[in-house]
Amino acid sequence: MINPLYRKDIVSISDLSKENLELIVQLAQQFKQHGPSPYLQNNVIASCFFEPSTRTRLSFETAVQRLGGTLIGFSDGTNTSTKKGETLTDSIHMISSYADAIIMRHPQEGSARLASEVSTVPVINGGDGANQHPSQTLLDLFSIYECQGDLEGLSIAFVGDLKYGRTVHSLVQAMSHFNPTFYFIAPDILRMPSYFEESLEEAGIKFEYLDALAPAIETVDILYMTRVQKERFDPTEYMHIASQYVLNADMLSTAKPNMKVLHPLPRVDEIHPDVDRTANAYYFQQAENGVYAREALLALVMSETVKELHHA
Amino acid sequence: MRETMAVEAIEVGTVIDHIPAGQGLNILARIQKLNSNARLTVGLNLPSKTSGLKDIIKVEGWLFSEQDAAEMALYAPNATVNIIEKYKVVKKFKIGIPEEFLGIFDCPNSNCISNKEPSPTRFRVKAKQKDLFLRCHYCERTFADTLFMPKSR
Repeated sequence: MINPLYRKDIVSISDLSKENLELIVQLAQQFKQHGPSPYLQNNVIASCFFEPSTRTRLSFETAVQRLGGTLIGFSDGTNTSTKKGETLTDSIHMISSYADAIIMRHPQEGSARLASEVSTVPVINGGDGANQHPSQTLLDLFSIYECQGDLEGLSIAFVGDLKYGRTVHSLVQAMSHFNPTFYFIAPDILRMPSYFEESLEEAGIKFEYLDALAPAIETVDILYMTRVQKERFDPTEYMHIASQYVLNADMLSTAKPNMKVLHPLPRVDEIHPDVDRTANAYYFQQAENGVYAREALLALVMSETVKELHHA
Repeated sequence: MRETMAVEAIEVGTVIDHIPAGQGLNILARIQKLNSNARLTVGLNLPSKTSGLKDIIKVEGWLFSEQDAAEMALYAPNATVNIIEKYKVVKKFKIGIPEEFLGIFDCPNSNCISNKEPSPTRFRVKAKQKDLFLRCHYCERTFADTLFMPKSR
Protein backbone atom coordinates (compact mmCIF):
# COMPACT_ATOMS: atom_id res chain seq x y z
CA MET A 1 0.00 0.00 0.00
CA ILE A 2 1.04 3.64 -0.45
CA ASN A 3 1.99 5.07 2.90
CA PRO A 4 0.28 8.50 3.08
CA LEU A 5 2.45 9.69 5.98
CA TYR A 6 5.82 9.17 4.28
CA ARG A 7 7.94 12.31 4.67
CA LYS A 8 4.99 14.21 6.11
CA ASP A 9 5.40 16.77 8.89
CA ILE A 10 3.41 15.87 11.99
CA VAL A 11 2.55 19.25 13.45
CA SER A 12 -1.10 19.27 14.42
CA ILE A 13 -3.71 16.59 14.93
CA SER A 14 -5.94 18.54 12.55
CA ASP A 15 -3.50 17.71 9.71
CA LEU A 16 -4.24 13.99 10.10
CA SER A 17 -7.24 12.33 8.49
CA LYS A 18 -9.30 9.58 10.08
CA GLU A 19 -7.48 7.06 7.87
CA ASN A 20 -4.07 8.43 8.95
CA LEU A 21 -5.05 8.05 12.60
CA GLU A 22 -6.28 4.49 12.07
CA LEU A 23 -3.09 3.58 10.26
CA ILE A 24 -0.90 4.78 13.13
CA VAL A 25 -3.04 2.97 15.72
CA GLN A 26 -2.93 -0.22 13.67
CA LEU A 27 0.85 -0.12 13.32
CA ALA A 28 1.34 0.74 17.00
CA GLN A 29 -0.56 -2.41 17.86
CA GLN A 30 1.59 -4.50 15.49
CA PHE A 31 4.76 -3.10 17.06
CA LYS A 32 3.47 -3.73 20.57
CA GLN A 33 2.60 -7.35 19.78
CA HIS A 34 5.54 -8.31 17.55
CA GLY A 35 8.22 -5.69 18.20
CA PRO A 36 9.36 -3.03 15.74
CA SER A 37 11.50 -3.59 12.64
CA PRO A 38 14.61 -1.46 12.02
CA TYR A 39 12.90 1.22 9.94
CA LEU A 40 15.32 3.94 11.08
CA GLN A 41 18.55 2.10 10.30
CA ASN A 42 21.14 4.56 8.92
CA ASN A 43 18.94 7.49 9.95
CA VAL A 44 20.05 10.25 12.27
CA ILE A 45 17.14 11.76 14.16
CA ALA A 46 17.49 15.14 15.89
CA SER A 47 15.70 15.28 19.22
CA CYS A 48 15.44 19.01 19.96
CA PHE A 49 13.83 19.84 23.26
CA PHE A 50 13.94 23.61 23.67
CA GLU A 51 12.14 23.04 26.97
CA PRO A 52 12.46 20.04 29.28
CA SER A 53 10.20 17.00 29.11
CA THR A 54 10.32 13.58 30.71
CA ARG A 55 7.88 11.17 29.10
CA THR A 56 7.73 12.68 25.64
CA ARG A 57 11.49 12.93 25.16
CA LEU A 58 12.35 9.57 26.70
CA SER A 59 9.65 7.69 24.82
CA PHE A 60 10.54 9.34 21.50
CA GLU A 61 14.22 8.57 22.03
CA THR A 62 13.40 5.00 23.04
CA ALA A 63 11.31 4.64 19.90
CA VAL A 64 14.15 5.95 17.68
CA GLN A 65 16.64 3.53 19.22
CA ARG A 66 14.30 0.55 19.02
CA LEU A 67 13.79 1.28 15.33
CA GLY A 68 17.56 1.22 14.83
CA GLY A 69 18.11 4.97 14.41
CA THR A 70 20.73 7.15 16.05
CA LEU A 71 20.08 10.36 17.93
CA ILE A 72 21.55 13.83 18.12
CA GLY A 73 20.03 16.72 20.02
CA PHE A 74 19.54 18.45 23.32
CA SER A 75 17.15 18.14 26.24
CA ASP A 76 17.05 21.77 27.34
CA GLY A 77 17.22 24.92 25.20
CA THR A 78 19.29 26.87 27.72
CA ASN A 79 22.59 25.43 26.50
CA THR A 80 21.97 26.04 22.81
CA SER A 81 22.49 28.93 20.42
CA THR A 82 18.87 29.96 21.11
CA LYS A 83 20.24 31.33 24.36
CA LYS A 84 22.61 33.49 22.32
CA GLY A 85 19.65 34.93 20.46
CA GLU A 86 19.53 32.72 17.37
CA THR A 87 16.09 32.60 15.76
CA LEU A 88 14.26 29.29 15.62
CA THR A 89 14.25 29.67 11.84
CA ASP A 90 18.06 29.64 11.73
CA SER A 91 18.38 26.80 14.27
CA ILE A 92 16.01 24.57 12.29
CA HIS A 93 17.66 25.49 9.00
CA MET A 94 20.95 24.24 10.39
CA ILE A 95 19.62 21.13 12.18
CA SER A 96 17.70 20.01 9.09
CA SER A 97 20.97 19.94 7.17
CA TYR A 98 22.41 17.47 9.72
CA ALA A 99 19.54 15.08 10.49
CA ASP A 100 17.01 12.97 8.58
CA ALA A 101 14.10 14.11 10.75
CA ILE A 102 13.53 16.51 13.63
CA ILE A 103 11.52 15.79 16.75
CA MET A 104 11.01 19.05 18.61
CA ARG A 105 9.39 20.56 21.66
CA HIS A 106 9.33 24.32 22.06
CA PRO A 107 7.66 26.64 24.59
CA GLN A 108 6.02 28.86 21.96
CA GLU A 109 2.81 28.10 20.10
CA GLY A 110 3.25 27.68 16.36
CA SER A 111 6.95 26.83 16.62
CA ALA A 112 6.55 23.39 15.07
CA ARG A 113 4.53 24.75 12.13
CA LEU A 114 7.20 27.37 11.52
CA ALA A 115 9.95 24.74 11.78
CA SER A 116 8.15 22.50 9.28
CA GLU A 117 8.16 25.35 6.78
CA VAL A 118 11.88 25.98 7.19
CA SER A 119 13.07 22.38 7.46
CA THR A 120 13.98 20.23 4.48
CA VAL A 121 13.36 17.06 6.51
CA PRO A 122 10.16 15.97 8.31
CA VAL A 123 9.36 17.73 11.59
CA ILE A 124 7.48 15.92 14.35
CA ASN A 125 5.91 18.15 16.97
CA GLY A 126 6.57 16.99 20.53
CA GLY A 127 4.55 19.91 21.94
CA ASP A 128 4.46 23.60 20.98
CA GLY A 129 3.52 25.71 24.01
CA ALA A 130 -0.17 25.39 24.82
CA ASN A 131 -1.05 24.52 21.23
CA GLN A 132 -0.57 20.94 19.99
CA HIS A 133 0.97 17.70 21.14
CA PRO A 134 -0.05 15.24 18.41
CA SER A 135 2.01 12.25 19.55
CA GLN A 136 0.25 12.38 22.95
CA THR A 137 -3.06 12.20 21.12
CA LEU A 138 -1.85 9.25 19.08
CA LEU A 139 -0.88 7.30 22.16
CA ASP A 140 -4.23 8.22 23.74
CA LEU A 141 -6.02 6.94 20.64
CA PHE A 142 -4.00 3.76 20.61
CA SER A 143 -4.72 3.21 24.32
CA ILE A 144 -8.44 3.77 23.80
CA TYR A 145 -8.44 1.36 20.85
CA GLU A 146 -6.47 -1.19 22.82
CA CYS A 147 -8.72 -1.20 25.88
CA GLN A 148 -12.06 -0.87 24.04
CA GLY A 149 -11.30 -2.86 20.89
CA ASP A 150 -12.74 -0.05 18.76
CA LEU A 151 -12.71 3.72 18.40
CA GLU A 152 -16.25 4.10 17.04
CA GLY A 153 -19.23 5.24 19.09
CA LEU A 154 -17.56 5.57 22.50
CA SER A 155 -18.65 7.74 25.45
CA ILE A 156 -15.79 9.75 26.86
CA ALA A 157 -15.72 12.08 29.86
CA PHE A 158 -13.02 14.73 30.12
CA VAL A 159 -12.36 15.97 33.64
CA GLY A 160 -10.35 18.88 35.06
CA ASP A 161 -8.69 21.65 33.10
CA LEU A 162 -10.53 21.71 29.79
CA LYS A 163 -9.63 25.30 28.99
CA TYR A 164 -5.86 25.16 28.82
CA GLY A 165 -5.31 21.40 28.46
CA ARG A 166 -3.89 20.83 25.00
CA THR A 167 -4.15 17.05 25.38
CA VAL A 168 -7.91 17.39 25.85
CA HIS A 169 -8.35 19.67 22.85
CA SER A 170 -6.35 17.43 20.53
CA LEU A 171 -8.03 14.23 21.71
CA VAL A 172 -11.48 15.77 21.33
CA GLN A 173 -10.50 16.76 17.77
CA ALA A 174 -9.18 13.30 16.96
CA MET A 175 -12.07 11.36 18.52
CA SER A 176 -14.56 13.58 16.68
CA HIS A 177 -13.88 11.39 13.61
CA PHE A 178 -15.36 8.38 15.41
CA ASN A 179 -18.95 9.35 16.30
CA PRO A 180 -18.33 9.88 20.03
CA THR A 181 -20.42 11.24 22.91
CA PHE A 182 -18.47 13.64 25.09
CA TYR A 183 -19.10 14.64 28.70
CA PHE A 184 -17.22 17.63 30.08
CA ILE A 185 -16.66 18.03 33.81
CA ALA A 186 -14.79 21.17 34.79
CA PRO A 187 -14.95 24.22 37.05
CA ASP A 188 -16.68 27.13 35.31
CA ILE A 189 -13.47 29.02 34.64
CA LEU A 190 -11.83 25.94 33.09
CA ARG A 191 -14.60 25.03 30.63
CA MET A 192 -13.78 24.16 27.02
CA PRO A 193 -13.05 27.33 24.99
CA SER A 194 -16.26 28.56 23.33
CA TYR A 195 -14.84 28.27 19.80
CA PHE A 196 -14.27 24.58 20.53
CA GLU A 197 -17.86 24.06 21.66
CA GLU A 198 -19.04 25.84 18.51
CA SER A 199 -16.99 23.61 16.23
CA LEU A 200 -18.41 20.51 17.98
CA GLU A 201 -21.93 21.86 17.47
CA GLU A 202 -21.20 22.56 13.81
CA ALA A 203 -19.89 19.03 13.36
CA GLY A 204 -22.98 17.59 15.07
CA ILE A 205 -20.99 15.92 17.87
CA LYS A 206 -22.99 15.08 20.99
CA PHE A 207 -21.61 16.69 24.16
CA GLU A 208 -22.84 17.88 27.53
CA TYR A 209 -21.47 19.37 30.73
CA LEU A 210 -21.94 17.48 33.99
CA ASP A 211 -21.65 18.97 37.50
CA ALA A 212 -19.97 15.99 39.11
CA LEU A 213 -17.89 12.92 38.41
CA ALA A 214 -20.42 10.32 39.69
CA PRO A 215 -22.98 10.46 36.84
CA ALA A 216 -20.17 10.24 34.29
CA ILE A 217 -18.53 7.24 35.93
CA GLU A 218 -21.56 4.98 35.46
CA THR A 219 -22.10 6.05 31.84
CA VAL A 220 -18.79 6.33 30.06
CA ASP A 221 -16.31 3.97 28.42
CA ILE A 222 -13.34 6.29 28.99
CA LEU A 223 -12.75 8.66 31.90
CA TYR A 224 -10.00 11.03 30.80
CA MET A 225 -8.63 12.83 33.87
CA THR A 226 -6.37 15.90 33.73
CA ARG A 227 -4.53 17.97 36.27
CA VAL A 228 -6.03 21.21 37.54
CA GLN A 229 -3.05 23.49 37.92
CA LYS A 230 -2.74 25.04 41.36
CA GLU A 231 -1.31 28.30 40.07
CA ARG A 232 -4.57 29.17 38.35
CA PHE A 233 -6.41 29.54 41.69
CA ASP A 234 -5.97 31.07 45.11
CA PRO A 235 -5.20 28.38 47.73
CA THR A 236 -8.70 28.14 49.30
CA GLU A 237 -10.40 28.09 45.92
CA TYR A 238 -7.98 25.42 44.75
CA MET A 239 -8.73 23.20 47.78
CA HIS A 240 -12.46 23.48 47.06
CA ILE A 241 -12.18 22.91 43.33
CA ALA A 242 -9.61 20.15 43.51
CA SER A 243 -11.75 18.20 45.99
CA GLN A 244 -14.61 18.06 43.45
CA TYR A 245 -12.43 16.60 40.72
CA VAL A 246 -10.56 13.91 42.61
CA LEU A 247 -11.13 10.28 41.71
CA ASN A 248 -10.78 7.48 44.27
CA ALA A 249 -11.31 3.72 44.08
CA ASP A 250 -14.70 3.72 45.89
CA MET A 251 -16.19 6.00 43.26
CA LEU A 252 -15.49 3.39 40.59
CA SER A 253 -17.90 0.80 42.01
CA THR A 254 -20.64 1.89 39.58
CA ALA A 255 -18.38 1.92 36.53
CA LYS A 256 -19.10 -0.30 33.52
CA PRO A 257 -16.71 -3.30 33.34
CA ASN A 258 -15.04 -1.96 30.20
CA MET A 259 -14.56 1.53 31.63
CA LYS A 260 -10.93 2.69 31.76
CA VAL A 261 -9.36 5.71 33.42
CA LEU A 262 -6.76 7.58 31.36
CA HIS A 263 -4.51 10.48 32.36
CA PRO A 264 -1.70 12.10 30.34
CA LEU A 265 0.43 12.18 33.53
CA PRO A 266 2.02 13.54 35.62
CA ARG A 267 -0.87 13.32 38.08
CA VAL A 268 -0.79 15.22 41.32
CA ASP A 269 -3.87 14.78 43.55
CA GLU A 270 -6.61 14.16 41.04
CA ILE A 271 -6.31 10.35 41.00
CA HIS A 272 -5.91 8.76 44.43
CA PRO A 273 -3.19 6.06 44.41
CA ASP A 274 -5.84 3.47 45.47
CA VAL A 275 -7.24 3.73 41.93
CA ASP A 276 -3.97 2.23 40.62
CA ARG A 277 -5.02 -1.21 41.90
CA THR A 278 -8.45 -1.21 40.27
CA ALA A 279 -9.19 -2.89 36.95
CA ASN A 280 -10.24 0.49 35.61
CA ALA A 281 -6.81 2.13 35.91
CA TYR A 282 -5.12 2.31 32.54
CA TYR A 283 -2.83 5.35 32.74
CA PHE A 284 0.42 3.43 33.19
CA GLN A 285 -0.33 1.22 30.18
CA GLN A 286 -1.19 4.47 28.39
CA ALA A 287 2.25 5.92 29.23
CA GLU A 288 3.93 2.71 28.05
CA ASN A 289 1.96 2.94 24.80
CA GLY A 290 3.74 6.23 24.14
CA VAL A 291 6.71 4.24 22.88
CA TYR A 292 4.65 2.08 20.46
CA ALA A 293 2.63 5.00 19.13
CA ARG A 294 5.81 7.01 18.53
CA GLU A 295 7.53 4.02 16.92
CA ALA A 296 4.58 3.69 14.55
CA LEU A 297 4.63 7.40 13.76
CA LEU A 298 8.37 7.46 13.09
CA ALA A 299 8.26 4.32 10.95
CA LEU A 300 5.46 5.74 8.80
CA VAL A 301 7.13 9.14 8.39
CA MET A 302 10.56 7.70 7.58
CA SER A 303 9.80 4.60 5.54
CA GLU A 304 7.93 4.57 2.26
CA THR A 305 6.73 1.01 2.74
CA VAL A 306 5.83 -0.61 6.02
CA LYS A 307 5.57 -4.37 5.69
CA GLU A 308 3.50 -4.93 8.85
CA LEU A 309 0.60 -3.12 7.26
CA HIS A 310 0.38 -5.60 4.36
CA HIS A 311 -0.66 -8.47 6.52
CA ALA A 312 -2.58 -6.45 9.07
CA MET B 1 -21.10 71.91 -2.57
CA ARG B 2 -20.52 69.14 -5.07
CA GLU B 3 -19.04 66.01 -3.52
CA THR B 4 -16.25 65.80 -6.08
CA MET B 5 -14.99 69.20 -5.03
CA ALA B 6 -14.56 68.19 -1.39
CA VAL B 7 -11.14 66.69 -2.09
CA GLU B 8 -9.06 67.88 -4.99
CA ALA B 9 -8.81 65.60 -8.04
CA ILE B 10 -5.54 63.75 -8.71
CA GLU B 11 -3.80 63.03 -11.99
CA VAL B 12 -2.38 59.60 -11.20
CA GLY B 13 -3.01 57.49 -8.13
CA THR B 14 -5.69 55.77 -6.07
CA VAL B 15 -8.89 57.04 -4.53
CA ILE B 16 -10.38 54.97 -1.73
CA ASP B 17 -14.00 55.99 -1.51
CA HIS B 18 -17.01 54.98 0.60
CA ILE B 19 -14.93 54.31 3.70
CA PRO B 20 -17.33 54.17 6.67
CA ALA B 21 -16.95 57.45 8.59
CA GLY B 22 -14.46 56.93 11.41
CA GLN B 23 -12.37 54.26 9.67
CA GLY B 24 -10.46 56.75 7.50
CA LEU B 25 -7.76 57.30 10.09
CA ASN B 26 -7.23 53.55 10.57
CA ILE B 27 -6.75 53.15 6.84
CA LEU B 28 -4.46 56.15 6.80
CA ALA B 29 -2.29 54.52 9.45
CA ARG B 30 -2.09 51.34 7.31
CA ILE B 31 -1.10 53.25 4.20
CA GLN B 32 1.57 55.16 6.11
CA LYS B 33 2.92 51.87 7.46
CA LEU B 34 3.24 50.59 3.89
CA ASN B 35 4.85 53.79 2.65
CA SER B 36 5.59 56.64 5.02
CA ASN B 37 6.28 59.01 2.11
CA ALA B 38 2.91 58.46 0.43
CA ARG B 39 1.31 61.75 -0.63
CA LEU B 40 -2.20 61.73 0.80
CA THR B 41 -5.31 63.87 0.78
CA VAL B 42 -7.93 62.96 3.32
CA GLY B 43 -11.58 63.84 3.66
CA LEU B 44 -13.44 62.91 6.83
CA ASN B 45 -17.18 62.89 7.50
CA LEU B 46 -18.13 63.85 3.97
CA PRO B 47 -21.77 63.47 2.93
CA SER B 48 -22.43 60.22 1.09
CA LYS B 49 -25.33 59.56 -1.22
CA THR B 50 -25.74 56.01 0.02
CA SER B 51 -24.63 55.83 3.64
CA GLY B 52 -24.86 59.11 5.54
CA LEU B 53 -21.24 60.07 6.18
CA LYS B 54 -18.09 58.64 4.67
CA ASP B 55 -14.34 59.14 4.66
CA ILE B 56 -12.28 59.35 1.50
CA ILE B 57 -8.53 59.04 0.91
CA LYS B 58 -6.60 60.00 -2.20
CA VAL B 59 -3.14 58.61 -2.70
CA GLU B 60 -1.09 60.41 -5.35
CA GLY B 61 1.27 58.57 -7.66
CA TRP B 62 0.59 55.08 -6.30
CA LEU B 63 -1.67 52.65 -8.14
CA PHE B 64 -3.01 50.19 -5.58
CA SER B 65 -2.94 46.49 -6.36
CA GLU B 66 -5.69 44.29 -4.93
CA GLN B 67 -3.10 43.02 -2.44
CA ASP B 68 -2.35 46.59 -1.31
CA ALA B 69 -6.06 47.17 -0.86
CA ALA B 70 -6.50 43.93 1.11
CA GLU B 71 -4.41 45.54 3.85
CA MET B 72 -7.40 47.70 4.66
CA ALA B 73 -10.03 44.99 4.35
CA LEU B 74 -10.83 44.67 8.04
CA TYR B 75 -11.63 48.38 8.37
CA ALA B 76 -13.63 48.96 5.24
CA PRO B 77 -14.48 45.81 3.26
CA ASN B 78 -17.11 47.69 1.27
CA ALA B 79 -14.96 50.67 0.32
CA THR B 80 -14.27 51.20 -3.39
CA VAL B 81 -10.82 51.59 -4.82
CA ASN B 82 -10.55 53.78 -7.92
CA ILE B 83 -7.36 53.69 -9.94
CA ILE B 84 -6.81 57.04 -11.59
CA GLU B 85 -4.74 57.84 -14.65
CA LYS B 86 -4.89 61.19 -16.43
CA TYR B 87 -7.65 62.28 -14.01
CA LYS B 88 -9.83 59.38 -15.15
CA VAL B 89 -10.93 56.21 -13.39
CA VAL B 90 -9.28 53.37 -15.34
CA LYS B 91 -10.09 50.58 -12.86
CA LYS B 92 -12.52 50.24 -9.98
CA PHE B 93 -12.88 47.46 -7.41
CA LYS B 94 -14.23 46.78 -3.94
CA ILE B 95 -11.68 46.07 -1.24
CA GLY B 96 -13.47 42.87 -0.20
CA ILE B 97 -12.23 40.35 2.36
CA PRO B 98 -9.25 38.24 1.31
CA GLU B 99 -8.96 34.56 2.23
CA GLU B 100 -5.72 35.20 4.04
CA PHE B 101 -3.85 38.11 5.66
CA LEU B 102 -0.13 37.73 5.11
CA GLY B 103 2.34 39.80 7.12
CA ILE B 104 -0.19 42.49 7.99
CA PHE B 105 -1.13 41.99 11.64
CA ASP B 106 0.78 40.79 14.67
CA CYS B 107 -0.75 37.73 16.34
CA PRO B 108 -2.72 38.77 19.46
CA ASN B 109 -1.31 35.69 21.23
CA SER B 110 1.86 37.07 22.81
CA ASN B 111 3.33 33.56 23.03
CA CYS B 112 2.89 32.87 19.31
CA ILE B 113 6.16 32.20 17.51
CA SER B 114 5.08 34.33 14.53
CA ASN B 115 5.60 37.51 16.56
CA LYS B 116 9.26 36.70 17.16
CA GLU B 117 10.55 35.23 13.92
CA PRO B 118 11.42 36.84 10.59
CA SER B 119 8.73 35.08 8.53
CA PRO B 120 5.45 36.98 7.99
CA THR B 121 2.42 36.40 10.22
CA ARG B 122 -0.42 34.55 8.51
CA PHE B 123 -4.14 34.44 9.26
CA ARG B 124 -6.98 32.63 7.53
CA VAL B 125 -10.23 34.52 7.45
CA LYS B 126 -13.40 32.78 8.61
CA ALA B 127 -16.78 34.45 8.32
CA LYS B 128 -19.55 33.37 10.63
CA GLN B 129 -22.89 35.11 10.08
CA LYS B 130 -21.96 38.79 10.24
CA ASP B 131 -18.79 38.32 12.27
CA LEU B 132 -15.28 37.82 11.02
CA PHE B 133 -12.65 35.67 12.69
CA LEU B 134 -8.95 35.32 11.96
CA ARG B 135 -7.23 32.00 12.60
CA CYS B 136 -3.48 32.14 13.10
CA HIS B 137 -1.69 29.69 10.81
CA TYR B 138 0.99 29.17 13.47
CA CYS B 139 -0.56 29.06 16.95
CA GLU B 140 -3.91 27.82 15.51
CA ARG B 141 -5.93 30.18 17.70
CA THR B 142 -8.98 31.97 16.35
CA PHE B 143 -9.56 35.64 17.14
CA ALA B 144 -12.44 38.04 16.54
CA ASP B 145 -11.58 40.72 13.98
CA THR B 146 -12.12 43.44 16.61
CA LEU B 147 -8.90 42.32 18.31
CA PHE B 148 -6.97 43.60 15.31
CA MET B 149 -8.50 47.07 15.36
CA PRO B 150 -6.63 49.91 17.08
CA LYS B 151 -8.14 50.38 20.55
CA SER B 152 -8.83 54.12 20.32
CA ARG B 153 -7.77 57.18 18.47
